[in-house]
Amino acid sequence: MDMFGGINPAVLIASLMAASVPIMLAAIGELVVEKSGVLNLGVEGMMIMGAVCGFVTAVGTGSAVLGFLGGAAGAMAMALVFAVLTQVLLANQVATGLALTLFGLGLSSLIGQGYVGIKPPPTGAVPFGPLADIPVIGRILFSHDPIVYLSIAAIAAVWAVLRFTRTGLILRAVGESHDAAHALGYKVTRIRVLAILFGGAMAGLGGAYVSLVRVPQWTDGITSGAGWIALAIVVFAAWKPWRVLIGAYLFGGITVLQLNLQAAGARIPVEYLSMSPYLITILVLVLMSADRARAAMNAPAALGKNFHASR
Amino acid sequence: MLILEKRPSPSRFWQAATPVLAVALTMVAGGIMFALLGKDPVAAIRTIFWDPLFGEFAWYLRGQLLVKAGPLILIAVGLSLGFRAGIWNIGAEGQYIMGAICGAGAGLAFYPDGGWFVFPLMVMAGALGGWAWAMIPAILKTRFNTNEILVSLMLVYVAQTILSKAATGFLRNPEGAGFPGSRNLSRWQPGSNPELIAGSGMHWGVVAAFIAVIFTYILLQRHILGFQIKLAGQAPRAARFAGVSPARLVVLCLGISGGLAGLAGLFEVAGPAGQISIDFASGYGFTAIIVAFLGRLNPFGILLAGLLMALTYVGGEMASTNLRLPSAAIQAFQGMLLFFLLAVDLLSNYRVRFLLAKKVA
Repeated sequence: MDMFGGINPAVLIASLMAASVPIMLAAIGELVVEKSGVLNLGVEGMMIMGAVCGFVTAVGTGSAVLGFLGGAAGAMAMALVFAVLTQVLLANQVATGLALTLFGLGLSSLIGQGYVGIKPPPTGAVPFGPLADIPVIGRILFSHDPIVYLSIAAIAAVWAVLRFTRTGLILRAVGESHDAAHALGYKVTRIRVLAILFGGAMAGLGGAYVSLVRVPQWTDGITSGAGWIALAIVVFAAWKPWRVLIGAYLFGGITVLQLNLQAAGARIPVEYLSMSPYLITILVLVLMSADRARAAMNAPAALGKNFHASR
Repeated sequence: MLILEKRPSPSRFWQAATPVLAVALTMVAGGIMFALLGKDPVAAIRTIFWDPLFGEFAWYLRGQLLVKAGPLILIAVGLSLGFRAGIWNIGAEGQYIMGAICGAGAGLAFYPDGGWFVFPLMVMAGALGGWAWAMIPAILKTRFNTNEILVSLMLVYVAQTILSKAATGFLRNPEGAGFPGSRNLSRWQPGSNPELIAGSGMHWGVVAAFIAVIFTYILLQRHILGFQIKLAGQAPRAARFAGVSPARLVVLCLGISGGLAGLAGLFEVAGPAGQISIDFASGYGFTAIIVAFLGRLNPFGILLAGLLMALTYVGGEMASTNLRLPSAAIQAFQGMLLFFLLAVDLLSNYRVRFLLAKKVA
């Protein structure tokens, strides 16, 4: 199974699935937030807080599971700041999201100072027993840690909730027209705050995955733009959950392929390879946004607009 | 019970008072953060805000203040135009890097000869580099309706890889014994951006920042473009009826802010930084976003905000050497400032009313 100059396709697909977990989690969280009509540009800040809080908790307790919970909690705290500022104090969502990222980058590097060069406790693979030994398929499907399966389950759950449940219907109503939802008696602010907190928890899990599994260590700015790519994936997915999965695999694939090509000593300079995920994000954004009518139809109508009930 | 009541028009008093209030609140919250880090909060705040202005080494640090404030003001003034019109250029950091690379490259092409024309040429190349980098999100936005926030931000990461390629590859000093980094421009007279008055910190970048402040003020107050920018931000529909072309505004606003960010990068690489190096990008492009908001998107407000933010840089450096305060604390502190500013902004747009429960019923 050796093709493309030393790159094994089964290993490639398996590592692609792991590489896409952070952006998939962050993007599905942000999708819920945006479906409720809120534009949270602070995903990168929440992710990096999740990465550092998860790392610190995991090293402190010696448990990767607690690390992931800590990461989710750290990012949720950031999301709470965003929620208070935009939902209670009616601050501009774009500016607040940026503030969240700037603050998160500073605070994470402050918290992570004593943790550079430490190895976190390992996150083991789910023991599938003999299943993992099936050639090719076992490697691709049954060799992962629990978070990989959790991320796919999260996509399915969000899809099912948005499509089949009353909760999903209310969430979408709030995102399409907060005034109408308010008139029907739904608590617009409360629903949005909950959506923002969910988005924070998912971004935090994604961030913790970067520092605990993907890299696994702590360095400043470790998420290096993954949060922004997650935001782009929501646009790419046209606010549809399953397309988040496709988008994340696409970007995970590019990242993994790029790293593999670097390792295999491809003749393309390293710098051009490492900028490729960002360039391809731009390309994808262009392709997705070019059709104005369709792009406008899919975005929640109240996206980015603040709600203030006048009595 | 607290009730928010929308003001018919923003309160002028609170618009001026909120930045001051935000700074005060940040000092309190920052003090708590410093105390949690095990430092004396009063000493930390005094080192950051007082010592650079009136302390023992103030004669030197006041100059440093201008050195740091120059690029921040230059970038923030440009960004504020777009922010006013609802055009979000978040990639100033990338435009700053590209301005520095293009400017330094144009200058170094003439090394070691060169004459009076080299520096003006570098200035033009720097502005052009930043402008061209900003044109990418502008054109993608106008042609393909692409979100300019995400595109300009992605381009920061691309610019950073180009920067490391420049430092280790195409701009590397051939006499640098293989170390990354370009030739030192500040030691090459035709391409350097020296202090104009020794010890003052005043270099061409600071002069350009002051000029930009004045020009932007005139643009906003007296020119039709300034009116269109304000109108597009406050009433987009009305602006379209008034014949304002959104596409033209996007190109102009992104172009101006990109050009100014490129200039800031060039003046930095030819002056205080001296050379293109891997760690050349210092986050000015992102901090300038805070400066623009803190200055209320008003040119003279930005001037003051830039000086204040420079104070946190200079004072923060002092605090990190004298008090062993981690330098990341300053970045968190600056982010906090933006939070508080956005929070207290409520007061200028809404009236907070206390209502007794029986009145509600």
